[in-house]
Amino acid sequence: MNTSLAYAWAAVAIIVLASTAGDVLLARAMKQVGDVGALWQSRGLFAVVGRVMTNPCFFIGVAAMATAFYSLMFGLSWGDVSLVVPASSSLTFVTNAIAARIFLHEKVDRRRWAATLFVAAGVVLLAI
Amino acid sequence: MNFRKYLVLAGVSLFACIGDTLLARGMKATGNISLHQISSMILIVLNPGVALGIFFLLLFFACYLTALSWADLTYVLPATSLSYVLLTLVAKFYLHEHVSVTRWMGVIMISLGVGFVTQGPALTEKHAPAELEPEAAVAAIAGEVRR
Repeated sequence: MNTSLAYAWAAVAIIVLASTAGDVLLARAMKQVGDVGALWQSRGLFAVVGRVMTNPCFFIGVAAMATAFYSLMFGLSWGDVSLVVPASSSLTFVTNAIAARIFLHEKVDRRRWAATLFVAAGVVLLAI
Repeated sequence: MNFRKYLVLAGVSLFACIGDTLLARGMKATGNISLHQISSMILIVLNPGVALGIFFLLLFFACYLTALSWADLTYVLPATSLSYVLLTLVAKFYLHEHVSVTRWMGVIMISLGVGFVTQGPALTEKHAPAELEPEAAVAAIAGEVRR
């Protein structure tokens, strides 16, 4: 394995970890905020923005997303787009399903597993 | 799920597709970046393509957060993966790239995944009403009644 390929896979690993953490934290933050549509109708846009901006999970989630974003930037400049993008995004679908089940107690039934695996496989097929 | 909510999910897919396309083009124009040039990494946002791409990704982010406020993560992610299908259609019909049979198979598999997940419930039923603050519960009920 050449150095550039090793760097690309290292970037993939960091992107997957960071974006899974980010997605789970953002999902938790938004569940704490509550239905944005209903909140906007009853209390206005500022109430929505205020509630999101004062949520600690939101900021940690955004920091994790930013880490994933900059890792993607580096990954793209080191390795092929056709390796880094599909590998990281398809693996993230799978790790997110596992993390959502563990940390968000979402009911990931057979239907959702099928959807997740079909999408992850489809994303890989798009790249090869 | 109502029409407005499906519109938000469509926004997630559409804005992600446009944002990614613009960002990829901007990054290609900029060339390689390395860890030794932190300043160039920050200055990269001054490229118009990158800046516009980031603007669309912010729109994507707003729609994504809205969707996560009323749907499960494991519903939103597969449901909005239509952005990959859109990216392939952009490649084929706008950029006139050759799209191989394998990639079309990928498009079909993603579409099947989207089909599967959207047939099911969007939100895991929990004892949410009891945990909601009274005013939020009232707002949620008022929202349902208005629909």
